[in-house]
Amino acid sequence: MEILGVSVPALMSQVLLGLVNGSFYAMLSLGLAVIFGLLNVINFAHGALFMMGAVLTWMAAEYLGIGYWPMLLLAPLAVGLFGVVVERLLLRHLYKLDHLYGLLLTLGLTLLVEGLFRSVYGVSGLPYDTPALLEGATSVGFMMLPNYRMWVVAASLTVCLGTWYAIEKTRLGAYLRAGTENPRLVQAFGVDVPLMVTLTYGFGVALAAFAGVLAAPVTQVSPLMGQNLIIVVFAVVVIGGMGSILGSILTGLGLGVIEGFTRVFWPEASSTVVFLLMIVVLLVRPAGLFGKER
Amino acid sequence: MNTATVPTAPAVASAVPATPPGVRAGASRVTAIGYGLLLAALLAAPWLGVYPVFAMKLMCFALFAAAFNLLLGFTGLLSFGHAAFLGGSAYVAGHAMKVWGLSPELGLLLGTLTGAALGAVFGALAIRRQGIYFAMITLALAQMLYFVCLQAPFTGGEDGLQGVPRGRLFGLIDLSGDLTMYYVALAIVVAAFLLIVRTVRSPFGQVLAGIKDNEPRAVSLGYDTARFKLLAFVLSAALAGLAGALKTLVLGLATLADVHWTASGQVILMTLVGGLGTFSGPLAGAAVVVFIENRVGEIGAFLAGVTGIGWFAGLGESVTIVTGFIFVVCVMAFRRGVMGEVLAWRERRRAAKAAPIAPAATLAANAAAPAGAAAAPAGAGRAGSPASRPS
Repeated sequence: MEILGVSVPALMSQVLLGLVNGSFYAMLSLGLAVIFGLLNVINFAHGALFMMGAVLTWMAAEYLGIGYWPMLLLAPLAVGLFGVVVERLLLRHLYKLDHLYGLLLTLGLTLLVEGLFRSVYGVSGLPYDTPALLEGATSVGFMMLPNYRMWVVAASLTVCLGTWYAIEKTRLGAYLRAGTENPRLVQAFGVDVPLMVTLTYGFGVALAAFAGVLAAPVTQVSPLMGQNLIIVVFAVVVIGGMGSILGSILTGLGLGVIEGFTRVFWPEASSTVVFLLMIVVLLVRPAGLFGKER
Repeated sequence: MNTATVPTAPAVASAVPATPPGVRAGASRVTAIGYGLLLAALLAAPWLGVYPVFAMKLMCFALFAAAFNLLLGFTGLLSFGHAAFLGGSAYVAGHAMKVWGLSPELGLLLGTLTGAALGAVFGALAIRRQGIYFAMITLALAQMLYFVCLQAPFTGGEDGLQGVPRGRLFGLIDLSGDLTMYYVALAIVVAAFLLIVRTVRSPFGQVLAGIKDNEPRAVSLGYDTARFKLLAFVLSAALAGLAGALKTLVLGLATLADVHWTASGQVILMTLVGGLGTFSGPLAGAAVVVFIENRVGEIGAFLAGVTGIGWFAGLGESVTIVTGFIFVVCVMAFRRGVMGEVLAWRERRRAAKAAPIAPAATLAANAAAPAGAAAAPAGAGRAGSPASRPS
């Protein structure tokens, strides 16, 4: 079976790989959108915190013998805690200033965190084994699907949709949305907005760390792994707009798949295709696919 | 002796309005003397033991930062993609001079035009979105150019473009000697700097300042702000391109490091350290950042010696830690930057000098408040503080 000279199993495996990357885009852009909504800060450190999640997972296995499954919970907790400290100590003092200072602070934090990890682990990849439970592949008739990749897509979809449900359908989510709309009014109703802001930042970066843990067995764990990713995620955010949660998820997954197709049909362009699409979207629909015109 | 010491005092575009003419003239005299001293130091630098190539590299970064500041400091647009203009022009100019055999002046011109053309494309796309999106779009576009440079055949990939000849300027002046090259580079950088100052002080620059302060108001006054922003972007990109082409001419090579986003981060840091929206800030900032990055190993060794923590000794290997640390400190506690602090300090002193007149006026206005006189010298710096304003 072939499509345009490419065998279907080869094509499908690239599409699945694209979905895996798309899951990371979705989780990271979702976290960025949630943080931006309440804090008005674009968290440049998101890529570095994604890396931190992956490297912590590797470190736990290397030094403490803690395996993959506990880290799925522990790494987001640790990174989330780090985020809470950062928000309380640093970010908090910048809300009254221009947006750009939040971006610059998190850029500085990125350089600091990546530099620290780099001074210890260098730039080469650290190998991390796929958990035993998810090794191998499942046959679906015409091809074999690697179990771990399917798990990544399923897990991130669950987390993304869970986040969507929590924000759109629960009482806590209602506070959050109200806080995004008008923090002073929500504060006046007796909701502890500063605490909510802190926890939101912690949650957003925990999401990045969770993506990092998922990424550890499929990509090379290295101190620079988040650097290129975050810029692609920025393009994803520009394409999708930060107005809608489901929009972020769909845009992330969709762009991952498109990138997968490009890798098959035009490999040289696979690293630039997301940026090219961003240009097209800016020309056709400047507010982004799911953004609101202002 | 080093060119890093720049104790100059510039004029700010947004000077405090109601300053007595005499004080103002005095201030501009200080500024003129400061710039004169800087220029004299730069002219004499090669004779004082400064390594010309290092000084030229520093000047290229100073020009790059000044071009960037034209956009961020004077127009209020944060471009996160200026590395594209520096690095892209460096490649084009280098290729033209090496492979096509273009003369240096045409190479520099082509580099500047490349910067302008890239700037026109980036700017036209990025101004379609506001605020924080602007930064993200410019960053993404620059990253795209990075990947193009990584794959394109003429850039030499990871090795970079090497062995670019310096050639003869206008077919007459042989640039292969470092000293000749130094004075040519100095002339170019000074001319570009004067162009930036002139632009900011022109009516065009005033409109840019207006856009920075309050864009809706500029729109309501009838200005086509999108066109002004695009023009400012193109001008800034062209000058960044000039800096990139000059850097290639001086060093004889163009590398991927110049197109990488970290170069965009570096120029932001230089401008921030020096002082946003001041003329001399980017110059001071470039000097400070280049100096620290060059000496980080020695600083680390010193810290290791003082504190006894061996980890510091390896600091030279990881410049990014230091860069990141300076970033965080600047954003948290030092947002005015070096020259911004100098200017603010001078502003306070000027206010203190002008104070003998102020308390009298305040006393006359509200004689019932004896605290008014005491409060005036401190409050005079902040125009319109309610306690000292005669009503």
